[in-house]
Amino acid sequence: MTMNSNIPEGPIEKKWSNHKFNMKLVNPANRRKYKIIVVGTGLAGSSVAATLGELGYNVHAFCYHESPRRAHSIAAQGGINAPKNYSNDGDSVYRLFYDTIKGGDYRARESNVFRLAEVSGSIIDQCVAQGVPFARDYAGYLDNRSFGGAQVARTFYARGQTGQQLLLGAYAALNRQIDVGTVKFYDRREMLDVVIIDGKARGIVARNLISGKIESYAADAVVLATGGYGNVFFLSTNAKASNATAVWRAHKKGALFGNPCFTQIHPTCIPVSGEHQSKLTLMSESLRNDGRVWVPKKKGDTRSAKDIPENERDYYLERLYPSFGNLVPRDVASRRAKEMCDNGYGVGASKMAVYLDFADAIKRLGSDEVFQKYGNLLDMYKQITGEDPYKVPMRIYPAVHYTMGGLWVDYNLMSTIPGLFVLGEANFSDHGANRLGASALMQGLADGYFIAPYTISNYLASNKFAAVKEDNKEFTEAENGVTATINKLLSIDGTKTVDEFHREFGKAMWDYVGMARNKAGLQKALKILPEIREKFWKEVKITGNAHDINTELEKAQRVADFMELGELMAIDALHREESCGGHFREEYQTEEGEAKRNDKKFAYVAAWEYTGKPGKPKMNKEDLDFEEVHPSQRSYK
Amino acid sequence: MKLTLKVWRQNNKNDEGRFVDYAAKDVSPDMSFLEMLDVVNIDLVKKGETPIVFDHDCREGICGSCGMMINGRAHGPGRGIATCQLHMRSFNDGDEITIEPWRAKAFPVLKDLMVDRTSFERIMRAGGYTSAKTGGIPDGNTILIPKPVADEAFDAAACIGCGACVAACPNSSAMLFVGAKVSQLALLPQGQAERETRVTRMVAQMDEEKFGSCSNTYACEAECPKGISVTHIARLNREFVSAQF
Amino acid sequence: MNPFFRFINSSVGKKVLMSLTGIFLAIFLIEHLAGNLLLLKNDNGEAFNGFAKFMGGNPVVRILEVGLLSLVLLHIFNGTRLWLGNRSARDKGYGAYRLDENTTLQSRMMKISAALVFVFLTVHMKKFWVPARFQGEHDIASLVYYTFQQPFYVIFYLAAFFILGYHLRHGFQSAFQTMGFRTKRYQSLIEFVAVLFWLVLPLGFAVIPLYIYFFGGSPVAVVQ
Repeated sequence: MTMNSNIPEGPIEKKWSNHKFNMKLVNPANRRKYKIIVVGTGLAGSSVAATLGELGYNVHAFCYHESPRRAHSIAAQGGINAPKNYSNDGDSVYRLFYDTIKGGDYRARESNVFRLAEVSGSIIDQCVAQGVPFARDYAGYLDNRSFGGAQVARTFYARGQTGQQLLLGAYAALNRQIDVGTVKFYDRREMLDVVIIDGKARGIVARNLISGKIESYAADAVVLATGGYGNVFFLSTNAKASNATAVWRAHKKGALFGNPCFTQIHPTCIPVSGEHQSKLTLMSESLRNDGRVWVPKKKGDTRSAKDIPENERDYYLERLYPSFGNLVPRDVASRRAKEMCDNGYGVGASKMAVYLDFADAIKRLGSDEVFQKYGNLLDMYKQITGEDPYKVPMRIYPAVHYTMGGLWVDYNLMSTIPGLFVLGEANFSDHGANRLGASALMQGLADGYFIAPYTISNYLASNKFAAVKEDNKEFTEAENGVTATINKLLSIDGTKTVDEFHREFGKAMWDYVGMARNKAGLQKALKILPEIREKFWKEVKITGNAHDINTELEKAQRVADFMELGELMAIDALHREESCGGHFREEYQTEEGEAKRNDKKFAYVAAWEYTGKPGKPKMNKEDLDFEEVHPSQRSYK
Repeated sequence: MKLTLKVWRQNNKNDEGRFVDYAAKDVSPDMSFLEMLDVVNIDLVKKGETPIVFDHDCREGICGSCGMMINGRAHGPGRGIATCQLHMRSFNDGDEITIEPWRAKAFPVLKDLMVDRTSFERIMRAGGYTSAKTGGIPDGNTILIPKPVADEAFDAAACIGCGACVAACPNSSAMLFVGAKVSQLALLPQGQAERETRVTRMVAQMDEEKFGSCSNTYACEAECPKGISVTHIARLNREFVSAQF
Repeated sequence: MNPFFRFINSSVGKKVLMSLTGIFLAIFLIEHLAGNLLLLKNDNGEAFNGFAKFMGGNPVVRILEVGLLSLVLLHIFNGTRLWLGNRSARDKGYGAYRLDENTTLQSRMMKISAALVFVFLTVHMKKFWVPARFQGEHDIASLVYYTFQQPFYVIFYLAAFFILGYHLRHGFQSAFQTMGFRTKRYQSLIEFVAVLFWLVLPLGFAVIPLYIYFFGGSPVAVVQ
């Protein structure tokens, strides 16, 4: 497999503008002759489909919901970064670039990250023009806040629903194109395969989730904007339907998978309440600004929080990190919480939680001010747990939240399959081993509005496309393959439901490929995970048929793919013998228990190639050169 | 807890549909309503039956996918929540719970509790946007929007498109849904250029989809998971009238 | 389609028509009450009959009367049209529907209160308006005094005023919502003025039968 990251020449701040000038263009009159398929219509998908439609291409957008507004981008709370320097606190494109590279623990490609920082300002302008109601100050100017420990206030926000407002903006832009007829929208279709003809991505096979029909769609280029794969763990903050099927099937058709083991764990989620738990809910990490994290000093303490006197409480983050205290980065806070629980200090019925206490904040600020600042979050907690956080400390536990890994793409956001572009969380490109807060929205929209429309045009202008129809044999073969898988799944008629398998698989992933990993555990995972997969293919029970709405069948296909992807994550995690960002290997830590990178050996992207059988991938390396930002050790002491 | 569920089962659009009783055992008060249905569904699949189909996704009250009529209330008892945010501690041991899909001619039932809300999509496509082109946009701060205006626009923009307003309304009217979008863009300077065509087209599309008229019962506001105020309906009315004359 | 008809046939337009006709009818009630209050004057109905004569004789008022009747008919026709349309917007009803937990009784009762007001109007017009306009009756005052000697009519009218008040209780403020004036700023003003219509006006009307029944007006006057 040849991998060329196609990074343009020149100094970093000139790369994108040079590249834009050097790229080929498609004459406006010819654009409608090119057909582009966009799969997934969240932030990245909606924005790219809208922009391509506006340019005049013939765009076909696919979504497994009935509306793009249901995509999980909608759940992002905090905000979106842009180095506008409206706060006059010394922000710049370069600083955002620097922070993102450093935050990603030096495992991201510099040129991509710089471009991301460079275009991010335009995103804000674009969204304002669309009518996104960003927070404003009394003079009417856009308001900013500092987020996720950043030292500048560069985060734009719309209350705690920034993702929702940005998605609705992109959705509106998409609606406009659907209205004028440049984009055709296909709802309730799930992509099940990508079709490659003469070495190029030329279409997809999708299942109509209402009629069950397997449908083929031909095109000149295919864009995947299908989100992350956090649901491999079963319990995550992702939406229930979020899945990896589109990227995984593309991977099986030849797209390399970059850094699959890089997953982000968010420290302030509401803990699991029982076996029935179907997903986890995240609460903004701003809670750590005023809340104090603690556990009892005594192991297995069963007293309720109010009965534990002050001197028997261990405010462990404040103890371990005197200068950052409760505000240490996500990965550190998460790992320490797990450690406390693993060592028997956990609280609550499940013992898998730590306290986040607002008692001091209420004493200091008064409950009115606490309500002003955190009211909606505390209400949400009460709604879910039935406990009043103004009276008893909240229980929190980390949860899987975002996946930095994804399909490998070059500077043009094109995968190793020519004509297959991958955008947003689905690609691996910008966040390295750890994503900073308020950067996911930024990346999705940067890819969709300002990057992919240029690079896709360039691809179309630089290639010749033989006429391809949906009855080509490649489509028929792909359809047959998809149908065979579906029939296979339906014919098993075993004894366990898809959810039970998913839960079992997810638990093994969490235990061995979760927050803290070690060699023995990963080796164990590589034994257990394929076993569960094998059992799944023998014992799963799916009722109903393929020619109807069948939610069990939908889930089964997604879980089947997760079970292959999960194994790849374990392989990647095992091979990466260092700790970096979201990937923490217990063998590789500093004396203080912090992540220890090995830049000599592992300053590369591991891009895995499918070789025809799950569990036997071949690794390709993309070496990362740090010309601008020189790797250093993070410290929060 | 033990519960009896009376669930609407319907195979497809053309099927008549009927209520079927199910027993839900070992329900924990900490479960969400959808998790309770998950458990019932696992039992159903194990028995070889097809599970109860319902729309759901984020399960944190923001995607707007879930929505069902629970004991005659859109999203069940309680205010300001979507079905996924309803927890079983709102019910008592031994309760009988009636679960139905949203009912409106414009929301045909697809299967069981899942309805087709693409009528909302067609309304949004009929002008629920500003025609801002990608790129070539002046700096965000060149448009000043006073905080109270931005806040009010946000209140309207918070709509999650779940359809509870239609479901709760005795007339199956979509005025709160349409009003929220029209109002958001009418409040903001960015929405001014297309203000009149937008409201005219969106109302025409709403009528074409056969939603009913508003009779100001305000059931919509009461059941809206985001508490969107009916003052946005008033603004829609005003916008519509002034656009016609 | 002509823009006016397109407007009037749109869901919002239908409601605006409902509001406008409703508000005009409500305003007419003020004039009606003002006239009626003349009955309280102890002059054997002279003042009231004079007023009735003026109303019956003045060509301008007669034209207005036709307009008023058309408004009533339009209000009824349009209301029926809305009711049918709204009913068909939900082709299949709920097994359980707790609208009562979300709405006020008066808003749910609009159709029923409207039907009852219609019944009342028919009786009322048959009783007083038809004799005055078409049967050459000049002494309407005596007719009123006579009618309200009868407990049945007193109770019937009191019930009717109660229902009318109930209809207006939702209808009046609702009209302003429909026409888009019910913003946060004007909401309390609208609700204050609404009290005049749903409470003060019906009470004013109710005083007349009660006064006549208990304190007599001019019992000598007998019709026919």
